[in-house]
Amino acid sequence: MTILTILIHLLLLLSMPPLLLGVISKTKARFAGRTGQPVLQLYYDLARLLRKGMVFSTATTWVFRAGPLVTLASILIAGLLVPLGRFNSPIHFTGDLVLFAYLLGLARFFTTSAALDTGSSFEGMGAAREVMFACFSEPAIFLAFLVLARLSTAVTVSLSPMLLGPLTVPLGGLPIASLGLVSAGLFVVLLAENCRIPIDDPNTHLELTMIHEVMVLDHSGPLLGAILYGAAVKLFILSAVVLHIVLPFQTGWFVADWALFVFEMLGVAVAIGIVESVMARLQLRHVPTLLVAASLLCGFGFLLMLR
Amino acid sequence: MNTITTWLLLVSVAVIAVSGAPGLFFGRRSMIGQWIAAALNIVASALGGAALLIHVLRPDLSNPIAIRWSIPFGQFAIAVDDISLIFLIPIFLISALGSIYGLGYWKQTDHIANGRKLRLFWGIMTAAMAMVVMARDGVLFLIAWEIMALAGFFLIVTEDDNQQARDGAWNYLVAAHLGALCLFGFFIVLAHITGSFALWPTSLPLVSSRMTAGLLIAGTVGFGLKAGIMPLHVWLPGGHANAPSHVSAILSGVLLKTGVYGLVRLAGMMPNPPLWWGSTLLIAGAFSAMLGIAFASGQRDLKRLLAYSSIENIGIIVMGLGLATLGRSLHHPAWVVLGLGGSLLHVINHSLFKPMLFMGAGSVVHAAHTRDIDLLGGLGKSMPRTFVMFVIGAAAICGLPPLNGFVSELLIYLGLFRTASDGAGWGWMALAAPALALVGAMAVASFVKLLGAVFAGLPRSDRAAAAHDPHPAMLGPMWFLAGCCVIIGVLPVMASGVLNRAIAGWTGSDAIANPTLGGLVNFRWLSAMACLLLAAVAGGAVLFRRWSAGHATGRAGTWDCGYAQPSARMEYTGSSFTQSIVDLLTWALWPRKKQPVLGGVFASPSSFASEVPDTVLDRGVIPAFSSARWLMGWARFMQSGPMQLYILYVMAILILLLLFA
Repeated sequence: MTILTILIHLLLLLSMPPLLLGVISKTKARFAGRTGQPVLQLYYDLARLLRKGMVFSTATTWVFRAGPLVTLASILIAGLLVPLGRFNSPIHFTGDLVLFAYLLGLARFFTTSAALDTGSSFEGMGAAREVMFACFSEPAIFLAFLVLARLSTAVTVSLSPMLLGPLTVPLGGLPIASLGLVSAGLFVVLLAENCRIPIDDPNTHLELTMIHEVMVLDHSGPLLGAILYGAAVKLFILSAVVLHIVLPFQTGWFVADWALFVFEMLGVAVAIGIVESVMARLQLRHVPTLLVAASLLCGFGFLLMLR
Repeated sequence: MNTITTWLLLVSVAVIAVSGAPGLFFGRRSMIGQWIAAALNIVASALGGAALLIHVLRPDLSNPIAIRWSIPFGQFAIAVDDISLIFLIPIFLISALGSIYGLGYWKQTDHIANGRKLRLFWGIMTAAMAMVVMARDGVLFLIAWEIMALAGFFLIVTEDDNQQARDGAWNYLVAAHLGALCLFGFFIVLAHITGSFALWPTSLPLVSSRMTAGLLIAGTVGFGLKAGIMPLHVWLPGGHANAPSHVSAILSGVLLKTGVYGLVRLAGMMPNPPLWWGSTLLIAGAFSAMLGIAFASGQRDLKRLLAYSSIENIGIIVMGLGLATLGRSLHHPAWVVLGLGGSLLHVINHSLFKPMLFMGAGSVVHAAHTRDIDLLGGLGKSMPRTFVMFVIGAAAICGLPPLNGFVSELLIYLGLFRTASDGAGWGWMALAAPALALVGAMAVASFVKLLGAVFAGLPRSDRAAAAHDPHPAMLGPMWFLAGCCVIIGVLPVMASGVLNRAIAGWTGSDAIANPTLGGLVNFRWLSAMACLLLAAVAGGAVLFRRWSAGHATGRAGTWDCGYAQPSARMEYTGSSFTQSIVDLLTWALWPRKKQPVLGGVFASPSSFASEVPDTVLDRGVIPAFSSARWLMGWARFMQSGPMQLYILYVMAILILLLLFA
């Protein structure tokens, strides 16, 4: 069963992420009364990008090329550390949660360095926003981890036992208030880290107001494909983390638990789509306030656990 | 025979101490003296390194040496143990690598006026630092400490015709002596408690809590001033920025660590340290880290940025030490092992990547003749090797895997997570973990800013455009340090043996009950993950190579959203990159801005300027010292000049002392 779990983990991690983005855009289209693009559009886009040639700016160096590769590699490895659904992740050891957070940091380091490598002021702006918003979301993620560490009875500080910890606690024993606050905070972090409305609008056409999209203006061909795919995988793994805290239930049957996980992930995508449809994008100067609020929600969650 | 390691170390320290002296006998335009100094430094450091290796393999050969001498109170007592070992590694390493670097960076033929002075004090300071770490007598410690401080002053003021260097060195000298004053008090109280000047007692006799508090405060302030914990860091940015770059490297990589060494020893003396002290260390470390990196993000001066980042890293080290101290007070061996292990490993790590970054900064300054990062740019193409080194160093200092900084931060994180799960009423301490995460995120912001502004894009000035990779003597040491960063990152288990022994030495008698680092952290997984990451990136690179062989790739200008002629002046500068962070932290950073005033139909030319000065220095220390000078003016009548008068004062005081004795 363990090998089967690992295979399913790898299969979902590698193949499912672009579907989530398809579901998000379909949800938004339905809200707007449009038919929208096919749910599998990102798969087609990736296949098309892999066949294309590339153009490099004369200002760039090796960092520009390394950026998407390092980013994708570190996000995929981070994906091996996160347990999906009700099953342990393929790789789990003491301290893997720090590795998880710092792999995302490595991805950010190289994405922003590659953006600056072009010398474009627009890409510089996007990179500046990206690194600033991370200053709020990283503490929030660690506060959420602290709540889980406080909750879990296991001594090992590792993602799998900590995220699966709430499953072992009977429903009445769960600190609902703490987990609720942390869920809300982490959902905002999920939106921020994946550049969704209300923090960033992935479909905007004005470079001046973009965050993630503007950092990759100069990338083309397979490198752009790697970036798009990496962004989708990041959305996938962060959603999986949030799900553990929002819905700590299990059926106990192998197949049913995996099916439940897939449905929950699609549900998160629909939820993001709904948020994107009913909200406007915040002014950039208000984004820090929202992110500070997210960190504070996680912080209050931790304080409640301290009682 | 069983003191052979100690004698070997003493010999190598003596050779390093005189390494600059032969150069004084050669002509001002001759390189021979510099070659001799570098050779002596390398040979002596290799000898010292060999001695340390012997100590690791055969600890029974490094018994202490004690020689009576005519200086009152103390004796010449030195020894080496595992804690000394950890601090001696950077001393020998950076001293040798720095003198090699100097062969290209500070050639005697280019710096006729001050090259010989620099090398003389380089050797003296290195030797004094080694003596500080090996001294086992309070008086000897203070003598070595003072020599180290004074030699450091002469190193910072190498370019004594430069007003900024003189100001920086002056700040340093004042801070160093305030620290020394506290340490005088510290050692006197310590000798009063233990009854002798012998260092370092493994456990203090029980004394009143007021006496303990006095000892701890004097020690923390004295050592903290050297280590540069906020707000005791005032000398650090100016001193580091204006010294020659290899001097900045040894100041930041090694000299600061002597302050940390003192704190580690101070904490090691207390089997049951008061809770307030451990919490103070943890909180001060966290604030030092957060504010240090916040100030770093606002800097325009390449070397000032690195100096503030040193304050951040010292903060991380002190956090680990605070955690270990609290673990000792509250009897949590796991906190002690993870906190102290992370702290000591970070001491080694920071002494690898920070000198590398300062040497890289030196290469940039050497090539482009400016430290202002907003005048640089595009150096990634003209200095490709320096660029690679800077990327490795920046990733390591941000604590990113698979490099060494990640391992030490991981240990501290794990310790902090322990406080959340088994801390009972002390769970709030775990809030230092999100603080460390914030520090990590801001470090990424600061160092991406540095990389972007200095190496990416197009050159912003003619000076930057004319840059080129430096002399091999400057590149070699950087390659070596970069290699060390990768090796510790991929194989952290190598360090765990020495760290375990140092932790056992620090905790003393209750060592048997302690868990080991290997029992708390799975180093095999860390190595496996580092290899997996490297393999994934390498695999991606190979695929990319294969792919680009079969497809068309074109070259074009950067897409600047339809603008036809993007130029270097339109690039995002380093200051604008972190402006949003600085604006959010106005309450702490107090940035100065010169806003343009636009008015009228035809606006006249205007300019915008911003800088982040040191808040503590500008708004705290300098006003305090000015008012102190005004107050002291009242006492100036006593200082009228004639030497006879001063001798009279001395005699009067002696008589008074005799009367009251």
